Amino acid sequence: MTPLKERLVQLEVLRYNPDTDTEAHFQRYEVVCQEEWVVLDALNKVKADIDPTLNFRWSCHMAVCGSCGMMINGEPKLSCHAFLRSYEGVIRVEPLAHFPIERDLVTAPDDFMEKLKRVKPYIIPKEKKPISEGEYKQTPAQLMKFRQYSMCINCMLCYAACPEYGLTPDFIGPAALTLAHRYNLDSRDGGRLARQEVVATHEGVWDCTFVGACSEVCPAHVDPASALQQMKITSSIDWIVEHLIPGGKS
Amino acid sequence: METISTDVAIIGAGGAGLRAAIALAETDPTLRIALISKVYPMRSHTCAAEGGAAGVIKPDDSFDMHFDDTVGGGDWLSDQDCVEYFIHEAPKELLQLEHWGCPWNREADGSVAVRPFGGMKKKRTWFAADKSGFHILHTLFQTSLQFPSITRYDEYYALDLLVDDGRCQGVTAMEMRSGELRQFHAKAVIIAGGGAGRMFPFSTNGAIKTGDGMAMAYRAGAPLKDMEFVQYHPTGLPNTGSLLTEACRGEGGILVNKHGRRYLQDYGMGPETPVGQPQLKTMELGPRDRVSQAYWHELQKGNTVTTQWGECVLLDMRHLGEKKINERLPLVRELAEAYLGVDIVKDAVPIRPVVHYMMGGISTNTAAATPLPGLFAAGECACVSLNGANRLGSNSLVELLVFGRRAALSAIDHIQNLPTANTAALNARAEQTQQRISELFSRSDGTESMSGLRREMMDTMEKNVGIYRSEEGLQEGVSKIHELRQRYQRVILTDKSSVFNTDLFQALELGSMLDCAEAVTVGALARKESRGAHQRLDYVERDDKNFLCHTMVHHQGLDVPRVDYLDVVITKSPPGVRDYSGDHK
Repeated sequence: MTPLKERLVQLEVLRYNPDTDTEAHFQRYEVVCQEEWVVLDALNKVKADIDPTLNFRWSCHMAVCGSCGMMINGEPKLSCHAFLRSYEGVIRVEPLAHFPIERDLVTAPDDFMEKLKRVKPYIIPKEKKPISEGEYKQTPAQLMKFRQYSMCINCMLCYAACPEYGLTPDFIGPAALTLAHRYNLDSRDGGRLARQEVVATHEGVWDCTFVGACSEVCPAHVDPASALQQMKITSSIDWIVEHLIPGGKS
Repeated sequence: METISTDVAIIGAGGAGLRAAIALAETDPTLRIALISKVYPMRSHTCAAEGGAAGVIKPDDSFDMHFDDTVGGGDWLSDQDCVEYFIHEAPKELLQLEHWGCPWNREADGSVAVRPFGGMKKKRTWFAADKSGFHILHTLFQTSLQFPSITRYDEYYALDLLVDDGRCQGVTAMEMRSGELRQFHAKAVIIAGGGAGRMFPFSTNGAIKTGDGMAMAYRAGAPLKDMEFVQYHPTGLPNTGSLLTEACRGEGGILVNKHGRRYLQDYGMGPETPVGQPQLKTMELGPRDRVSQAYWHELQKGNTVTTQWGECVLLDMRHLGEKKINERLPLVRELAEAYLGVDIVKDAVPIRPVVHYMMGGISTNTAAATPLPGLFAAGECACVSLNGANRLGSNSLVELLVFGRRAALSAIDHIQNLPTANTAALNARAEQTQQRISELFSRSDGTESMSGLRREMMDTMEKNVGIYRSEEGLQEGVSKIHELRQRYQRVILTDKSSVFNTDLFQALELGSMLDCAEAVTVGALARKESRGAHQRLDYVERDDKNFLCHTMVHHQGLDVPRVDYLDVVITKSPPGVRDYSGDHK
């Protein structure tokens, strides 16, 4: 049995309190951590032992609740899944990029929440049937078509990584569009056309410049970039059917 | 203080709260619904549930078998009328989720697939890989977005229930972003605030599981029921406490001690079954209380493995093979790899029991109603007496749905023909919340640090109210928690800001946890028997003559709470022997 290794960790944390500060500033903390800890553990130790006024969100500590997204050395990360062993020297911790700061590492997700709702992320049934008639049959192959896109934990790291969202705040963005795609691909759903008015617009998939940063930072391996590409293709086919094929949808 | 008038206020927006909100909106679209939560809905701890949700759906299964598994699993402390209602509603609710898009795993023919789970005689656990709770939560949240009558108050920390004329008529809450207090005047209130596992230091529970809903109801006069029954999940990661789902064993994983022996066979769960061929309701598919208790005995015998994270046993899944592991247990593989550095495809993973779930909670009946008129509760914060002395894995995700919906229907019944509210009286009650918060901010004689008190509470609970308990340890636990509640009156805030002040919220959460911890310790001391998850070294047998009853704990301000008892409802299954010896008789 080898004892757990300890390490003195230096954190440089962005602080901002709208009650008292005119602008954000960095604060340095030094805290003894175990080598196997994550950045969130270090922050919790700072809060418990050094500075109770430091604020951040967290809950599950297993990368599924999506609360603890932050910029760590400039990269969007879940702090519960950012291992100290991956970092050397001072670790810089800032709130998620592209969202307004409420306080310290806490950002306001209002814009994301609104966009999520706009894409109608729920089943619009192809054919309604009562519960008494049992389940809709869905083969494993049909499930696999959309399952990956249902794994999004709404952590918003992809919004913080997306250069397009940074430039064009109207962009619906990777997670919400991917969720629309998830329902479009579900064999139980008939709502694709209802979603098109939001999805197939310039605020929608056509704003995406396919940088792919969203997929690189996604902690749930959802691959929003591929979802958006697939949506562009189906939207293009819609357009061709509508405009170029005689007898297509008017 | 701004007043928000609504018809039904729901506190908590996890599985139970969302299910209640949708049921209200569907049943009567004219109702105004306020959904209040200290976190955004998708952060709720329902998301961390892994294994699945039980409901009779396959032709070889029956309601009677689900009934017997649940009642026996709960060591006959379940109310059998409640179990009866639950098992019949369960498949309907799971089908409803299917219609709403939940990505349940499927059989080749497209029907819903089921997996084995601990203590269940048949395969009846519906699952979405090992992220079942996550998918249930997101399906409910996303479905809820289509109902305009549901108004969400995300990141509002609920503080006190407003009770007047013997009825619950609202709640006060703080908008966390601004620090401003609001009062919600409501004809009915549903609490769906989750459990309180964070009173223990080693827990699968997220940071938010601090018993706020339980404590709020308790302070307002609703009793807490059966709080001494705390479930240890047998298989947690030894460093972070992260849950490795029971599905690990359902799919065929085995538990071995340092000698490589499958030790469960030595604790009434044998004989040994062939590796890779799990048999229902025996060995690794025994109930959680028994499997966790077996660990404790192995520890006493020196049969555990000493690791850098402390004493452990080993969960071995190597024989399942990489393909099955990736298909059925992808999250487990990720968690063990990331946090422990163990690839479960190649190595056995060290684990130990970890606090997971509160069987107890706000006392409710089968209609999800508390004894306080106008107040309803559902989910882990409630004790509807489905789970008795030990919950079976995969019953609680369904409980959220069945009783979340039922709470909504009961609330609708309650609000018909109510007398007019006395607004002045409610305002006066809300003013008391204001004073409580102001006093906390302006306290000048504070001497106690929040994190210090919290550490003492956790240490006390771990030391004295663990898997096995004794008179002496519980006496110490009761007096220590009581002392901490007195000292909590002098807790000091370091942060006096109004905006997103987590120093304040952690202090309030500590107050909730201390109230709940006192109910746990007092109930455990008074129950002089061993039943399910409550095991006494000094009273080793179940005592149906004196303790076939629910512990009811009543809040008495800063004094020690009052304890009385309520009979268990037995309809058709008299207390019997819990047999987990498989086919061997």
